[in-house]
Amino acid sequence: MMDLRELYQDIILDHGHHPRNKRAIEQPSHFAHGHNPLCGDKVTIYLKMDGERIGDVSFEGRGCAISTAAASLMTEILKGKTIAEADTLFRAFHAKVTGGAEPEPVEALADDLERLEPLTGVRAFPIRVKCATLPWHAFEAALKSGAIGTTVKTE
Amino acid sequence: MTSAVNLRKVPLTTARGTAALDPQVIRRDFPVFENNPGLVFLDSAASAQKPRAVIDGIAEFYRRDYANVHRGVYRLSARSTDLFEEAREKVRRFLNAADHHEIVFVRGTTEGINLVANSYGTNFIKAGDEVLITELEHHSNIVPWQMLCERVGSKLVVVPIEATGGLDMAALDRLIGPRTKLVAMTHVANTTGAMLPIETITRLAHERGAKVLIDGAQAAPRMTVDVQAIDCDFYVFSGHKAYGPTGIGVLYGKRALLDAMPPWESGGGMILNVTYEKTTYQEPPHRFEAGTPDISGVVGLGMAIDYLEGLGRDRIFAHEEALTGYAVDVLSALPGVRVPAAGQRRLAVVSLDVEGIHPHDLATILDQHKVAVRAGHHCAQPLMDKLGLAATTRASLGVYNDESDIDALAAAIRAAQDLFGGARAPR
Repeated sequence: MMDLRELYQDIILDHGHHPRNKRAIEQPSHFAHGHNPLCGDKVTIYLKMDGERIGDVSFEGRGCAISTAAASLMTEILKGKTIAEADTLFRAFHAKVTGGAEPEPVEALADDLERLEPLTGVRAFPIRVKCATLPWHAFEAALKSGAIGTTVKTE
Repeated sequence: MTSAVNLRKVPLTTARGTAALDPQVIRRDFPVFENNPGLVFLDSAASAQKPRAVIDGIAEFYRRDYANVHRGVYRLSARSTDLFEEAREKVRRFLNAADHHEIVFVRGTTEGINLVANSYGTNFIKAGDEVLITELEHHSNIVPWQMLCERVGSKLVVVPIEATGGLDMAALDRLIGPRTKLVAMTHVANTTGAMLPIETITRLAHERGAKVLIDGAQAAPRMTVDVQAIDCDFYVFSGHKAYGPTGIGVLYGKRALLDAMPPWESGGGMILNVTYEKTTYQEPPHRFEAGTPDISGVVGLGMAIDYLEGLGRDRIFAHEEALTGYAVDVLSALPGVRVPAAGQRRLAVVSLDVEGIHPHDLATILDQHKVAVRAGHHCAQPLMDKLGLAATTRASLGVYNDESDIDALAAAIRAAQDLFGGARAPR
């Protein structure tokens, strides 16, 4: 039996059960819905830019412990980041959980990536990778669609 | 027909007899359990595992008796055709249809329903008419009717369920009216296992001039089905849920109705005469079987039917109903576990809601304990909305399951609860 504690580490269970920033943002500058039709998980990501930086970011939705924890950790980490930094984090995280090529490491973001490390347990459970990446895909879609909003689906 | 002898060299099952089924013995008929030691397979409602009689029988058919059907003059083709049509006769007996012309081979339940919606529906259901379905339906018994209604301007009416999960019969009585042209309903619900009183509903529908289609995907593998006793107009089921191959299914339709229905797809094998001006169609069922059919699928389905009848369909029903009761008792007694819509007679399907653990997380954890279940909306999103659930974890039974499988599921659920520390997640 694979060690389930690799997947469900304490930090995941904590964020899964007590998610941070789980609320709507009034008049967001960007938002998008993410949907995983396989399991029915839904997440909405809200963003409010403060000049060049992400002033506030939050989420709403219902999903498994992995997707909830991923959304919660993501919102904590993205607050105060520039779009370029957020994009680097997304690509680095995506590479970590899917086993793809990681972008050039950015020293200033090393601590943030370290905090996302517990989610990389999904690599041993391929069917669950999309749970961890769904909020990030929704975030990326939000950046592209702005205040109009859009819906992004996992394959 | 000497050809049939070849196939019967493969022993059907070691579990024949009149006593109650012994799943531990039946399991030996299914190679998947040999190849996956310790597997607790509780997902037969999605698709059943295959007995050796079907796996080896299909291989043997390809080795000895295969050629295209209804075409060749040569003996091999005649033998293949005999086996193909013998399988149709087996299906006729399996459903107790009056006439083998009433058995149409399709790809599965979904295609069977689409055929009726497109051929019967488009020609006999008009603007202002109503099509009645229930809240227990699978998407495949919702969407084809929705599309038909959009096409012809008829109205889709949905009969609600009661809090117990059974169909609201008083509402049904109110809703079947003079405009109702067709009632399409499941025999056994795929999400909750609810068994519908289809004989009663069929009688009521006929009294009011409506035709009846039954989705037998979950029922046909698990109980004796007699379409003449039910008196339904259409009955559909899938081979792969009945221990047969994927890609094959059956549409039963009353002869007079099939005779009146135009073909849905066109091509070879479904015509009597073709000129560029006019084509006359074969009689049913060939009219609905354009092109080369799934020959080995049909023959394999016949073998699966032989296998089920070898076990005895009344014995299968008795076994699965008793085991369903055991599952509901054991699982609903677990702390933090709820079995939604458990208040009605049900068969082979138990959906679970474990407090604080999302079904997707639960299914991953159960899988690590070698317990295979389905997690999700079970292609029944409107029903999930009604039950107030985004998703459930579904355990479903087959002839190879026994109480030890339910106990293993219960133990794995407890392990999941331990892992999640009994914490309560927000929904």
